Amino acid sequence: MLYREAGDFKKSYAEDSQTFPLKLDRYGYYAILAIAFLVVPFVINDYWASAVLIPFLIWSIAALGLNILTGYCGQLSLGTGGFMAVGAYAAYKLMTSFPDLNIMIIVLLSGAITAGVGVLFGLPSLRIKGFYLAVATLAAQFFLVWLFNKFEWFYNYSASGQISAPTREMFGFEVTGATASASSKYLFCLVLVVLMAWIARNLTRGRIGRSWMAIRDMDIAAEIIGVNPLKAKLTAFAVSSFFVGVAGSLIFTVYLGAVDVGDTFGIQKSFLVLFMIIIGGLGSILGSFIGAAFLVLMPVLLKNIMVGFLGWPSDIASHLELVIIGFLIMLTLILEPHGVAQLWRVTKQKLRLWPFPH
Amino acid sequence: MKFTKLASFALAAVIGASPVLADLEFPSISYRTGPFGANGAEVADGWADYMTLLNERDGGVGGVRINAVECETGFNAEKTVECYEATKGDGALVYAPLSTAATYQLIPRVTADGIPLHSMGYGRTSVANGDVFSQVFNFPANYWNAASVIVNHLLDINDGSLEGKTIALAYHNSAFGKEPIPTLEALGEMHGFDLTLLPIDSPGQEQKSQWLQIRREKPDYVVIWGWGVMNQVAIQEAANIRYPMENFIGVWWSGSDNDVIPSGMSSDGYKAVTFHAVGTDFPVFDDIQKYVTDAGLSAGTGANVGTILYNRGLYQAALLTESVRVAQEMHGVADITAAMMRDGMENLVINDEVMGAIGLAGFGPSFEVSCENHGGPGLGAIQQWDATAQSWSLITEFSGSDMSVIQPLIDADSSAYAAENNIESQCN
Repeated sequence: MLYREAGDFKKSYAEDSQTFPLKLDRYGYYAILAIAFLVVPFVINDYWASAVLIPFLIWSIAALGLNILTGYCGQLSLGTGGFMAVGAYAAYKLMTSFPDLNIMIIVLLSGAITAGVGVLFGLPSLRIKGFYLAVATLAAQFFLVWLFNKFEWFYNYSASGQISAPTREMFGFEVTGATASASSKYLFCLVLVVLMAWIARNLTRGRIGRSWMAIRDMDIAAEIIGVNPLKAKLTAFAVSSFFVGVAGSLIFTVYLGAVDVGDTFGIQKSFLVLFMIIIGGLGSILGSFIGAAFLVLMPVLLKNIMVGFLGWPSDIASHLELVIIGFLIMLTLILEPHGVAQLWRVTKQKLRLWPFPH
Repeated sequence: MKFTKLASFALAAVIGASPVLADLEFPSISYRTGPFGANGAEVADGWADYMTLLNERDGGVGGVRINAVECETGFNAEKTVECYEATKGDGALVYAPLSTAATYQLIPRVTADGIPLHSMGYGRTSVANGDVFSQVFNFPANYWNAASVIVNHLLDINDGSLEGKTIALAYHNSAFGKEPIPTLEALGEMHGFDLTLLPIDSPGQEQKSQWLQIRREKPDYVVIWGWGVMNQVAIQEAANIRYPMENFIGVWWSGSDNDVIPSGMSSDGYKAVTFHAVGTDFPVFDDIQKYVTDAGLSAGTGANVGTILYNRGLYQAALLTESVRVAQEMHGVADITAAMMRDGMENLVINDEVMGAIGLAGFGPSFEVSCENHGGPGLGAIQQWDATAQSWSLITEFSGSDMSVIQPLIDADSSAYAAENNIESQCN
């Protein structure tokens, strides 16, 4: 009754194939964007920025990236943490070598460098599939972390092997470094997230995206109908690594400010992003955001409830947090194996008919 | 739905509430979970018990109660940032994250926010140069002191010469483990020993190949820079290849009871460097028994009292609360701010009289902090594990380190930081 397409007439093909064909959806989307851009920056404080919103936005980019590769193109990757490290170290080397380069350009360039590395490690995907590819990308994860630990050039020969981000400005506002304000850091990430999600959405419903999905659904059939597997797989690796690299460079420059590669970009981060897209929904843009929210925001929320509100000891809360999140993951996957995004689709389907299901 | 509502109310309440009580906020950035949890819990217990003791016995410091809220990080960088942002708004006086990587992350943040940071025996060594690092302290000793004290001890037992000896450094492959390498390299050049570097990836459960290399190359001494589970595994592996334990020396983070007990009798003779005394032979422990343990106010399980790391947490709590006293006297207010706390730390004087007054006479060396020197004297001693008696004992006196090697390294590293971040000299 409330949510329906009846009366929502389209006059052109462009209108018909837009991302949000229903008015209600479209207005909801505009409202979220308006709040995110026009309200949040004025009310945000350091805690909300550094502990909640910035990690959520950055992990969303990483989840979008892996979703392109795994969800849309069907290539399982466990190298996400390593590729994020490439983004972070590329950003560090660019920032220290070219101090005058704009930070936005640095972030995008480090994404491009990661794309190159991703293509390199994507080459085995032409020969191996499934679990075997997962193991090959796992090698990338360990190799890249080892590389950044081993060769001092990557961290400019500092004694500790840590890299730390110098202060950089955008339109006169500091966006990296300790003195950057919460709202400028948030807005910087938000602009990138909106841009990246827009790119991802439009890539995945275009020709390239269709070739990825063809490869995912059945690679032999795809080849027979004329999809070039080399091109499809390598573009998926490149685009996915670009997203993941941007996320890695943002984690380093905007979010943490200093990075120790084994700690920040270890194997657990590869799994974290993989869990995000599985829980959120494989092959879904919205799912990437939901998955990131689930795994980044839920621990913070649980911690605040258990420690801050109920006053439980922090170690018990931290153990319980693992239990609760593990339980919620299982519950989600049992109730809806296609992820929370599917739950949302089903809900919308039912709402269209409500209250007259027949 | 009800639950979600409740949860969001809770979240709003937690974030919206700002305490107006006059309290000394000492956020305890601790970790009791994860691969380093066993060690982190002992330090956190020592810290919390000492704060509880002051609250129960003296009503806090200078009449103001201490509020030591714990925030669990699991030795994780993201959670440390979350803890920092969550607690700094409550008027936190000082941070001690007990992690070198986290210290590196917090140094620019605390400097921007004007809150002191005390990385006692860890963190970035060159913060000892207070001229550059205004908000960061690492008294009474740092990693480079530890490396030098270890080498001095080896010199002692080799009649003053390490010419032609080989020393292997098995280190946690992170900022923490890499920190002593420049000092050991410089000392190696000076004393003529060869240094072999053996990185071990975090958390350090897997180190078979490193010990195979040690077995093959038979270095004269093995020095370990480990933490948590890595130490236990290393000592077990050393026992497995029958490496002589008395030639195996750990940094102070590799010398706790947790590290040696799992390998039983085979860890007998293992050595580690320390910057404070061991055991419970100090009057303060009687008070802890009376006011904390017997009153049922112990942090954690209460079973850790008197372990090496418990003592370290307690020592740090004692040094910081003494800094509060100094700050209260300097500024004439009891409810101090973070800026006053910084002044207190910078003018801290620890001598026998001060330590005696808090029941810790002889627990650590006497020292004075100054604007230029945030690092203290850097004294250390060697402790050795006796597996039969299940106890550590000091086998050397507290002695100094080779500042002729360390000071130039500190100056070089801190001036590089100052140049990178355009920091001006703050002392003159």
